[in-house]
Amino acid sequence: MSRWSENTVEDSPVAVGRPTASTEKILRSASELAGSPKKFATTNVNFWYGTHHALHDITLHVPENCVTALIGPSGCGKSTYLRCLNRMNDMIEQTRVEGQILLDGLDIRGPKVDVVDLRKRVGMVFQKSNPFPKSIFENIAYGPRVAGLKSRDRLEQIVERSLVQAALWDEVKDRLNDSALALSGGQQQRLCIARALATDPDVLLMDEPASALDPTSTLRIEDLIFELKENYTIVIVTHNMQQAARVSDQTAFFYEGHLIEAGVTNEVFTNPSKQETEDYITGRFG
Amino acid sequence: MTNLAAEQELMARYRQRKRLLSKLFGAVCLMAMISCVAILAFLLISVLWRGFDYLGWDLIRNLPSRSAAKAGIWVYLIGSLWLIGLTTLFAVPLGVGAALYLEEYAAESRWKRIVQLNIANLAGVPSIVYGLLGLGIFVYILNLGQSILAGALTLTLVVLPIVILASQEALRAVPGSIRQASYALGATRWQTTWRQVLPAAMPGIMTGVILAVSRALGEAAPLVAMGAVQYVDRAPTSVWDTFSALPLAIFYWAMHSKPEFHDLAAAAIIVLLVVLISLNMVAAFVRYRFGKKVRW
Amino acid sequence: MSTTNIASDNPRRSLVVDAARLRRYRIEGMVRYVLMVCAGVSVLTTVGIVVLLLFESLQFFGTVSIVEFVTGTQWAPQNQQYGILPLLCGTLLVTAGAALVAIPLGLGTAIYLSEYATPWIRETVKPALEILAGVPSVVFGYLALIVISPIIRDWVPNADPANAACAAIVVGFMILPTVISLSEDVLRSVPRSLREAGYALGATKFDVTVKVIVPAAMSGIVASFLLAISRAIGETMAVTLAAGGTPRITANPFESIQTMTAYIVEKTGGENAHGTPEYRTIFAVGLTLFVSTMLLNLAAQAILSRVREKYE
Repeated sequence: MSRWSENTVEDSPVAVGRPTASTEKILRSASELAGSPKKFATTNVNFWYGTHHALHDITLHVPENCVTALIGPSGCGKSTYLRCLNRMNDMIEQTRVEGQILLDGLDIRGPKVDVVDLRKRVGMVFQKSNPFPKSIFENIAYGPRVAGLKSRDRLEQIVERSLVQAALWDEVKDRLNDSALALSGGQQQRLCIARALATDPDVLLMDEPASALDPTSTLRIEDLIFELKENYTIVIVTHNMQQAARVSDQTAFFYEGHLIEAGVTNEVFTNPSKQETEDYITGRFG
Repeated sequence: MTNLAAEQELMARYRQRKRLLSKLFGAVCLMAMISCVAILAFLLISVLWRGFDYLGWDLIRNLPSRSAAKAGIWVYLIGSLWLIGLTTLFAVPLGVGAALYLEEYAAESRWKRIVQLNIANLAGVPSIVYGLLGLGIFVYILNLGQSILAGALTLTLVVLPIVILASQEALRAVPGSIRQASYALGATRWQTTWRQVLPAAMPGIMTGVILAVSRALGEAAPLVAMGAVQYVDRAPTSVWDTFSALPLAIFYWAMHSKPEFHDLAAAAIIVLLVVLISLNMVAAFVRYRFGKKVRW
Repeated sequence: MSTTNIASDNPRRSLVVDAARLRRYRIEGMVRYVLMVCAGVSVLTTVGIVVLLLFESLQFFGTVSIVEFVTGTQWAPQNQQYGILPLLCGTLLVTAGAALVAIPLGLGTAIYLSEYATPWIRETVKPALEILAGVPSVVFGYLALIVISPIIRDWVPNADPANAACAAIVVGFMILPTVISLSEDVLRSVPRSLREAGYALGATKFDVTVKVIVPAAMSGIVASFLLAISRAIGETMAVTLAAGGTPRITANPFESIQTMTAYIVEKTGGENAHGTPEYRTIFAVGLTLFVSTMLLNLAAQAILSRVREKYE
């Protein structure tokens, strides 16, 4: 019993501090963050499920080519916020959004914006890997296909490129026609990332992408996130604070539908400005 | 002391009685099930026994005749094939379309609830009432006469609720994560439905379609009510021809005054049941084969 | 291929709707419209049934008083006698007989399958029941007339060759699958905790089944009876073949009787003059049939939806 609690203390991010030195190099500094163009700029976003007010006046900027982590206890609204960014919440009945969500300066809820094109530019990876019950090839080719691409050569190129980017190519290149459901959990999740990359998005939204995976697979996904941020803007929802500390440049802490604070990850974890944030990251609740 | 012993004995007896009663009850329920099965087996065997002598190629290929020995089911069989072919052609797109609308397109609303309740009710409307509808609408108002087309349209309405309800169930079984993944990749609603949801729901839909086809194959009441003719001397060649069907042949032969025709009816029943059971087996196979392959 | 060369080869795409997208919207809209029409067909069917039956029946009640129709004890359209009571009596007699066969057998089988049977038996009997449910009505009619009727006449010598009893027996068998599969579903959906609570108190299987499970599942079982009875009322070919075809008010199951459905078959099977009062009688009878089965179905649906809410 006592050993167990000791372990948890040791595992908590504050006790461990920043992870390895090599990651430190890659994480962006405060000035870099401030200097990056705003990929997403959301102002006073409110969200309702029926009468439940799930998000209150969220104002947050997502800098380009950075990883932004959304953390907070279950039900705090972080996933809801994430799903506002590609308008996946449109699919849920009886929901309402207010406020401004700008992608490269264009309001994504404007009357002239096409939600289908928005989702091609803002890819999404879900908590539970959800490959289609089809072959590996067909899974990845699906996005380009629905966008109207028919050329087999071009599709093969895209499939290869996406799998290479998702660090899955070497494992599956000889069995592209096998069912995607035959892959392991970690492979399936990387397949889903490859699938999202195939539509050539600018932004990748990740909703707890590693929460259902074993530690090794989780590490591979985190490495992948590092590589991908050179070319993509990434917003990741995570329950796991070490993960947020390891991979993200910017961290936003959500609590009961409010954005409590957001800032450079290092800052938020080592020197939070709000009491709730400190309580949460030191494991006092959540 | 003796008092206690007596009481214990009383309790023991009581418990024993209870156990006996419980066993007896199980036995009675078992008897209920066995008698169901036994009576059914008896009925089926008696049909087999009666119709056996008439089974053979002559039964299949002969035309109707005044003599039971020379009569066959050819024209009825062809009539039935036309009917189920056309019925499938009409009912499957309509039924699957309606199911797609209800499951994938329609938002939760009063209108949707009304349509849903309406379909559940249509499934319980006696088939003879559909026959009256066919008689009033297709035969007289649309003036199709007692043609195969009118018959198939009537049967379409009979089996439509079956196709819709089975398809809806199959669509509901497709996990939402598949739809989410597709939408997140920038697919439109129709692309998601057509390329992901419908293929995933196919085994379930196929089972429903096969059920509907077997129902259409066995229905006689709506055809009688819309005035399908009793006697035809040649197989129909177009949708405008008058027709008869296998269940109708059984109906008229069972009422025939000559008892030989009763045995002929039994032979026709055997043919009908063989077709129906094969269809059921195909449905079971589809469910088993494709149901196992797709796991989430 | 190296991971460094991953930059987009497309120029940044615009999100703003252009002509190509408008075309796609039109297609999406069209698909939705087509699918809606498909769903609308089922509504149109109901409207069609109601309008047609009402229209023809109203014309019929223009020549025959509705009071005579509801209270008359003679049904002989060829003699202008239009009392529906004999047909109702025939339907009731067959339905009651069928219920007498199907309810005890069906409930017993359902209890056995849900509480006593091993999975192996359940997996064998249930598909067999599905096949039973798929046997066409005309086949049951044949069995009633050719196989069961002679047996009944052996026992009851002065029974009519075709009579209510043999129709009732086969209709009972036809509605068995409805009773069994629905009741079994409700019995099995009774929560485990209820069962375990019973057994933990040392109750026998009989006690738990009769005093806990069946009462808990009662409303669902009643719904299955209502649906089965509605099917029995609408059952056509079997009763046409087996019940005889003489409209009369009687409680004797060994007499030849006629049900509403059998009357419709008799009138439409022969040549009928379109538009005459006699032709219209079938729609008046059809309306009676439609309304009575619909009320039973609605009641069963209402009960079932409440049961589902309770256990989900």
